Amino acid sequence: MNLAFIIDALVTVVGVTTPILLAATGELVVEKSGVINLGVEGMMLIGAITGFAITFNYGPDLGDWAPWVGVVCAALAAAISSQLFGFLVLTLGSNQVATGLALTIFGIGLSSLIGAGYVGMTVPEFATPFPDWLAGDPVWRVLFGYSPLVYFALIAVLVVGWFLNRTRAGLVLRAVGENDISAHSIGYSVLAIRYAAIAFGGAMAGVAGAYFSMVITPMWAEQMTAGRGWIALALVVFSGWRAGRLLVGAYFFGILMTLELYAKASGFSFLPSQFWAAMPYIMAVVVLAVISARGVAGSEAPACLGRPFMPSN
Amino acid sequence: MSLVTRRNFIKTTAAGLALPALGSRAFAAEPLKVGFVYLGAIGDWGWTWSHEKGRKELVDALKGQVVANYVENVKEDASAIPVMKDLAQQGNKLIFTTSYGYMDQTIEVAKQFPDAKWEHCTGYKRADNVGTYNSRFYQGRAVTGTIAGMMSKTNTIGFVGSFKIPEVVMGVNAFTLAAQAVNPKITTKLVMIDTWFDPAKEAAAAETLANIGCDVIAQHVDSPAVLQVCEKRKIYGFGYGADMSRFAPKAHLTASLDLWGPYYISRAKAVLDGTWKPDDTWWGMKEGILGMAPYSKAVPDNVRAAADKIIAGTKDGSYEVFTGPIADQTGKERVPAGERMKDADMLVMDWYAKGVQS
Repeated sequence: MNLAFIIDALVTVVGVTTPILLAATGELVVEKSGVINLGVEGMMLIGAITGFAITFNYGPDLGDWAPWVGVVCAALAAAISSQLFGFLVLTLGSNQVATGLALTIFGIGLSSLIGAGYVGMTVPEFATPFPDWLAGDPVWRVLFGYSPLVYFALIAVLVVGWFLNRTRAGLVLRAVGENDISAHSIGYSVLAIRYAAIAFGGAMAGVAGAYFSMVITPMWAEQMTAGRGWIALALVVFSGWRAGRLLVGAYFFGILMTLELYAKASGFSFLPSQFWAAMPYIMAVVVLAVISARGVAGSEAPACLGRPFMPSN
Repeated sequence: MSLVTRRNFIKTTAAGLALPALGSRAFAAEPLKVGFVYLGAIGDWGWTWSHEKGRKELVDALKGQVVANYVENVKEDASAIPVMKDLAQQGNKLIFTTSYGYMDQTIEVAKQFPDAKWEHCTGYKRADNVGTYNSRFYQGRAVTGTIAGMMSKTNTIGFVGSFKIPEVVMGVNAFTLAAQAVNPKITTKLVMIDTWFDPAKEAAAAETLANIGCDVIAQHVDSPAVLQVCEKRKIYGFGYGADMSRFAPKAHLTASLDLWGPYYISRAKAVLDGTWKPDDTWWGMKEGILGMAPYSKAVPDNVRAAADKIIAGTKDGSYEVFTGPIADQTGKERVPAGERMKDADMLVMDWYAKGVQS
């Protein structure tokens, strides 16, 4: 196992991990505010088709800026769709689980509808912003060879961790998630804060979706996120609602998924392939069991998670 | 076609009046209604897309005699049953269920709708009103394997597969055996990703194969993701089921093409003239339901000639990739020298040829 081999493998791990990390970071903020949005998969797909369509249509006019504009539009489109969810669960007080599932189905349908005309098209990959002598270097590409979205994902999870634990606004957001009635009674607008959190979660899911249609496979295919939204949701629970553990957990999942492929490609056929496919989930159970047995780092699940808040005027 | 006698004219008119809500217009001149159940989206640019192309050819070829509708994104579980029932209740008399995983559902629903004819793609269970059909996909693999064997510089070729089922195993083995026939040093590294459609995982699998030295990669999954990775890594790949060159203009060497149209037309004609039987059909290049896309510029002349020879031999029956001697991974002889493998043995193939690393 030489250096080049390890670097190649690391690059694959980063590619596999980034979209899950992006979506999970957004959902972490949403859940910290006390709302559970199961629509991540749908919002990712809306982001994927929006990012692709904008880049495809305006690529010639925008030149180098096209993918950036595409990603921003992907974030906006997904954030708008999340506000639809927000209106239903916050203002109208509908069931969050059911509404989130509806958002996923809506996102699958809407993205397929918009995407019908984009099947079979391609756009240039949203590639590394670094010059070729750095990004193409056989060693340094492990740091500089990625799409800007990879760096964005890392910065975002760190900023979210800092925001939630070290800022006053983050404290308020957590307070809303822990005890909405108290937060309301001391004058915070629970609903406004939750709307904002849901919008952030939507935007991040949109960027995660754009990562599929603009970086991994620069094309549009229906339901191309293939269930990653659900993995992101699981990851938030797995992390115990902590940003640091979310980052570690996302890469842990990514490494296991990549290991599965390497094991198969290298001919470790003594284990059935289904075992490798189940590996991330088996490990998740093991890790969760170890964490709860040690009892040192319990979960930080928000107390009001999933509970509708209907303030009486 | 039944004649419009006065008696059945009155009967059908009465039925039409009695059941307006069903929209049933049981006129003798009514076109044959054909239904299709699709696994993916018609825009998947692969498996479902090629069936949809076949459906359109059917409609064009038998204009006025046939109407054909479809349901896409039907899962291979119990949820396929109501979809099939719906199609039968809407009056479809010939229904194609176009994926292996619809097998038991097709048999079950067909029992309840005995006057509809059912055709299940790639399965093996038949009934009085259920036929099966399949394509000799492996014939295309023999062509792409020949090209891969001649064009690989590392003598290591890759294969991204879905599940270890006979259809995929045949493809892996045909690809490998054809490549070894032109380059005995070839080994095939195989990754099964346990899903038909997951572009990100398909891409990661292709990346992994490229990382461990494969310079030509074939795939048996549903998206062009593998080809896009090949393009990025400056190695070669093939389309499967459809020409995918637009996704990878430099990497795409050729593609095997699923051309279901001729089969769908022949079956609809058989129903129209009353000769339909629940057959087990396994057509290939000879019958015109499997073809090859044009070679790309990257394929040199000697490789083209070798590939053309395989195609011509397949069409006239002088070439068959599963001709012995064939040994499996453990070295056990599976097909004796000089013998051709029987169809029945191919259809249950569960071993990998020597040189496949999985």
